[in-house]
Amino acid sequence: MWTRSLFSPKTDIDRATYIVLSLISVAVVMALWCLLTYGGITPKDFLAAPHEVVQAGIKRIGNMSLFEHMSASLVVILSGFILASVFAVPIGILMGSFRAVQALIEPITGFMRYIPVSALIPLLILWIGIGIEQKIMVIFLGTFFQQLILISDVSARISKDLIDCAYTLGADRRRVVTRVLVPACMPGVMDNLRVTMGWAWTYLVVAELVAADTGLGYMILNAMRGLFTDVILLGVFTIGILGLITDFFFKWARRRLLPWSADF
Amino acid sequence: MSMLSLRDITVRFEPKDKPPVLALDDVSLDVANDTFSVIVGPSGCGKSTLLRLVAGLETPTSGRLELDGEPINGPSADRGMVFQSYTLFPWLTVRENVMFGPKLKNLAKSECEDIADDLIKAVHLDEFEKSYPKELSGGMRQRVALARALANDPRILLMDEPFGALDSQTRQMMQELLLDVWQSRRKTVLFITHDIDEAIFLGDEVHVMSARPGLIKQSLDIAIPRPRHIDALTSPEFMDYKRTILSLMHDEAIKAEDAANHRKTA
Repeated sequence: MWTRSLFSPKTDIDRATYIVLSLISVAVVMALWCLLTYGGITPKDFLAAPHEVVQAGIKRIGNMSLFEHMSASLVVILSGFILASVFAVPIGILMGSFRAVQALIEPITGFMRYIPVSALIPLLILWIGIGIEQKIMVIFLGTFFQQLILISDVSARISKDLIDCAYTLGADRRRVVTRVLVPACMPGVMDNLRVTMGWAWTYLVVAELVAADTGLGYMILNAMRGLFTDVILLGVFTIGILGLITDFFFKWARRRLLPWSADF
Repeated sequence: MSMLSLRDITVRFEPKDKPPVLALDDVSLDVANDTFSVIVGPSGCGKSTLLRLVAGLETPTSGRLELDGEPINGPSADRGMVFQSYTLFPWLTVRENVMFGPKLKNLAKSECEDIADDLIKAVHLDEFEKSYPKELSGGMRQRVALARALANDPRILLMDEPFGALDSQTRQMMQELLLDVWQSRRKTVLFITHDIDEAIFLGDEVHVMSARPGLIKQSLDIAIPRPRHIDALTSPEFMDYKRTILSLMHDEAIKAEDAANHRKTA
């Protein structure tokens, strides 16, 4: 019975088994890391050992520098992400349901979505300098066009019957949009904000690549020059953990704000 | 006096890269006040198009549609509709769904509440009024959809195969519930179905439609006394109606099938 559920597709397993399997995967990676470093398989400059990363962390927590980098990065990523979302959500909803808006915007988004943000950095520096605005703009451009496309898709998928039904209940066009289309899009919007938040984290290092003097991306790049692999790994883990926290936040917010929505 | 009147309605769809389809060909139909009128026909005969025209969700290529002598232009709360697909607003509770129409009309809050109380009771969902649609079964959702459409006190109630997605036991229950509600508040109803039993059980009159082109082939008055209960389904008179409609529909099904095959090979 027990093994059968493990090997049948789309069959639930019990919670304890799930946790054990998850722990195993973490343990395997940790064991491999220990083996490579303490076993002397990789050279010292190549990969820092676990205890060195912990020490690097303790030191930078002690002198607060880790938190300074963290808050600098969070300001950049949250500003860029919120700015992108504020525009992408309403425009995306309209784009998915109004052909005219789609016709206006699609040529630009279709083109922009394939441009790597890093290719625009020289222009951004030329136009807005090397301050925090430029870094926020990198996050903005990296997430905005992706959000627009994903959210317009959410809006396009809202059932026509739901809209028609609102008309037969006496709603005019304005109220069909505000009272039906917009709330109907909310679960999909939340899901895609969560996904694009993940992408925003990946653009962070790109944003802090040029002319930064603080931030987690800067910390990693700076450590690379001295081959401080302990600091690099510390930065990587910090980003990973912050990413997990934002992900949990979005899951929690969805359950809290949209208790009516069916699919979690 | 006839209340809903359709005169010489023709609908031609002209899809890109495909030959035009004559969905409705010169259809005329009258539905009298407080009558329960059913249109039965094979799938693809244009019966849903006909209902959407009355709802104002589509416009005919030619012909006239009138409700109480006024031409139909676009959708309105006058003409409530229950769809086959589940169309409850998932972010609203059962009670809020029912109050959707009255609130749009800016009725006083107490008035909205009274309407909701009354209708939720009528469809036996008192215990679920605070539930979200995701917590309801298919039959319950359609009961809410019925209550929501009635909350506007429409002049005509349009129903587009509302029980089509339900299992046969639930469907039978829903039919009886619908008749109960209709008996106590007397509405003009235009009901679409492909289920002959459903058509006879519910209707004062049944209009049999044919496919391609869609037109009304024959109309029958159903003289089975009301209130009707499940035993009506096995009465001899019911069987007579069923035999008549079956033979009308049988020819149509063959014709529709042939037409489909013809298009495929053409």
